[in-house]
Amino acid sequence: MQMPAPNPSILAKKARIVERLSNVLPADAVIHEETETRAYECDALTAYKCPPLCAVLPSSTHDVSAVLKICHEEGVPVVPRGSGTSLAGGALPTEDSVILGVARLNQVLETNYADRYIRVQSGRTNLSVTGAVEHEDFFYAPDPSSQLACAIAGNIAMNSGGAHCLKYGVTTNNLLGVTMVMMDGTIVEIGGAHLDAGGLDLLGVICGSEGQLGVVTEATLRILRKPEGARPVLMGFDSNEVAGACVSDIIKAGVLPVAIEFMDRPCIEATEAFAKAGYPMCEALLIVEVEGSPAEIDEQLGLIKQIARRHDPVELREAKDEDEAKRIWLGRKSAFGAMGQINDYMCLDGTIPVSSLPFVLRRIGEMSKEFGLDVANVFHAGDGNMHPLILFDANKAGDLERCEALGAEILKLCVEAGGCLTGEHGVGIEKRDLMTTQFSSADLEAQLRVKDVFDPDWLLNPAKVFPLGATEGRRTTRAEVA
Amino acid sequence: MLTPRDEADLAEAVSAADGPLRISGGGTRPIGNPTAGAALSTTGLRGIELYDPGALTIVARAGTPLTEIEDALAAEGQRLPFEPMDHRKLMGSEGEPTIGGVVAANVSGPRRIQAGACRDSLIGVRFVDGTGTVIKNGGRVMKNVTGYDLVKLLAGSYGTLGVLSEVAFKVLPATESRAVLLIEGLDTGRAIETLSAGLTSPFEVTGAAHAMKGLDGAPMTMIRIEGFAASVAYRAGRLKDLLEGFGDVTIETDPEKTLAGWAWVRDVETFAGRSGDVWRFSIRPSDAPRLVEAIAPAECLLDWGGGLVWALAEEGSDLRAKMSGIAGHATLIRASEETKQRLGVFHPEPAPLAALADGLRASYDPKGILNRGLMAAPAAVAA
Repeated sequence: MQMPAPNPSILAKKARIVERLSNVLPADAVIHEETETRAYECDALTAYKCPPLCAVLPSSTHDVSAVLKICHEEGVPVVPRGSGTSLAGGALPTEDSVILGVARLNQVLETNYADRYIRVQSGRTNLSVTGAVEHEDFFYAPDPSSQLACAIAGNIAMNSGGAHCLKYGVTTNNLLGVTMVMMDGTIVEIGGAHLDAGGLDLLGVICGSEGQLGVVTEATLRILRKPEGARPVLMGFDSNEVAGACVSDIIKAGVLPVAIEFMDRPCIEATEAFAKAGYPMCEALLIVEVEGSPAEIDEQLGLIKQIARRHDPVELREAKDEDEAKRIWLGRKSAFGAMGQINDYMCLDGTIPVSSLPFVLRRIGEMSKEFGLDVANVFHAGDGNMHPLILFDANKAGDLERCEALGAEILKLCVEAGGCLTGEHGVGIEKRDLMTTQFSSADLEAQLRVKDVFDPDWLLNPAKVFPLGATEGRRTTRAEVA
Repeated sequence: MLTPRDEADLAEAVSAADGPLRISGGGTRPIGNPTAGAALSTTGLRGIELYDPGALTIVARAGTPLTEIEDALAAEGQRLPFEPMDHRKLMGSEGEPTIGGVVAANVSGPRRIQAGACRDSLIGVRFVDGTGTVIKNGGRVMKNVTGYDLVKLLAGSYGTLGVLSEVAFKVLPATESRAVLLIEGLDTGRAIETLSAGLTSPFEVTGAAHAMKGLDGAPMTMIRIEGFAASVAYRAGRLKDLLEGFGDVTIETDPEKTLAGWAWVRDVETFAGRSGDVWRFSIRPSDAPRLVEAIAPAECLLDWGGGLVWALAEEGSDLRAKMSGIAGHATLIRASEETKQRLGVFHPEPAPLAALADGLRASYDPKGILNRGLMAAPAAVAA
């Protein structure tokens, strides 16, 4: 993975930059010793590492503004960082960049149940947002798998989804407003507690911009009343194709489950060995969850089971109680950890039209054989967001490269099937060079022009999202004057 | 009038334009500051390109009549989740609403509180920028974070960033059954508390409105439940119990009556054909009673649990100026050209945000020809 060469003039003035940052932040909020900056050398895409020039941990919007003003004046690239759980390298630094971590911005600022929103600082973790409103039976809907650790700032940067977005949408559908600091230090407020911010939908383009347009320090989020109850049903099938067809039929039938999760045999086996959730050994497994009162749940699950039976399931298991429901989810939730126990893996995130599931799953199986690498599938089937896990051995020469090549082919397949490169993880550095398979140069130029407006000097997370070749002219103009 | 037949034709027309263009779809939503220039209509770009019920997605050319989309969806038991408003009665306009127009104005109806706005269901766009370049963003899948989300940016940009040529939506199953809970005679404060009680219940309210003057002249508070029949009956019953303390609750389940009732709310029919300017406020629901008082004697229709306030005001009066202290924004939907020019149709933005919006428009439309000034602040309108 290529990253831009560090700017020697920035490296040369490290002492001055650190001093200026130390003048506006407490001593423990500026991290510049080489042994300590290593903590920020990568995110959850651990294959790529590079310690930053320094890292700062501001505690207020005002501090963030002061930091950005200095970096802007010095012409130093800034890489914003939430909790560092990005699977796409969104928070990977360069040697000449300052990591701006929002971890200390973790307060709840306001909760309003009557108007159904919460205002938090952006470093707060996803799960602790729900934690702050749970006692009133409310929750924050987007639930990425990393929700225990990931920060709202990162959720906004990547427009994170989760298992339940078939019904509740992703981050952008649950975000009402932000306080954001522009690269030059200007603080802006966009949207608020009301619906639909006025003027152009700037909030819409900021969400999912991977920290390239501004640093979000506070967010107003929609909270929802918890449903009366929820219950999953587990179904096993003897082929991926049949399971895929069943998903499509459930959706066509007019029921809207909150989640439809899919696992294939390699994943079921690894998960079973790891978590012992009692899954049936079969080719493909679906977990379908519905919400409502007990009677409403019975009615919806009745319909879903009726559809499933038409596809000759090898197993059809409805959770009888809370404990059984937990066990059904246990396997799915430990799938990634289970795969990590047995192998190194690369997790893809392409999305496809749900109706293409059978075809795409078959093609992935064929490609897996061609490349000689196993692929396990575990994903959100209801919305077509796939997560093929390519298994490889990091200690075996050439395996990582082969894995990346297979990954690229699978993502191209997703695009050809009418889908996209990434459904919820973001582009980061990982899929940067594949952007041209999905977008024409005019399509990419239209996106680059948005960054030109928000960050004319291209200092915010500049080496991400777009192929380096497409952004080179924009990035180097400023680097020369630094 | 320019009526390009396809996207290439549209790109050619924009690229060849030597002056401002007034862009419209069906022309049924004359919202915005007065603009000058040659008329360009997208009604020639017509037809559903792809409808995949099993994937809950539909893709159509921008000029496709909304009814064509709705009919196709209904035939498969599906619908657009956001219940777009029909502006014709309110605006006294004629013609055929197009799907592109719905997107350009980000038009949503009562279900917005539960299913999101038009922009939330929109998953892909193709458009022609001010230089005549065709650009696509998003696609036809419902989860997509590949690159920047220009889809949202285009929704509600009223043709000032580009001319839409194609739009793609996530759709949802239509619901089998519907019930409406009605309480008569509440004042605004009490009405908002009632709606809030419904919206903070676990019973999935899909409509929460209050008319200061209902059909028979008395205040009417309305809460809608949708879904499978048994579930609707159950939830309506539970909600009735929950709301008893606010007044006498009646439950209406007649399909025709409830359909007409919510169309009446959605289309703000109560102000149709009556004299006076029409304002639209987006605010925090609990601020609604304060706003209604501040803009009195304007008559109000409240939707979205009170977060959306429609007001019928004396011609030429500046209701936006009376918002002082209430966060949100006010749009002057219906007024004389003179009033629109003087007050500006859209809410003025803080300087840094206005600079970003101006920067985006200058970048996407360097010649300044796309619906120029339609969303501008009053000072700029006059200039």
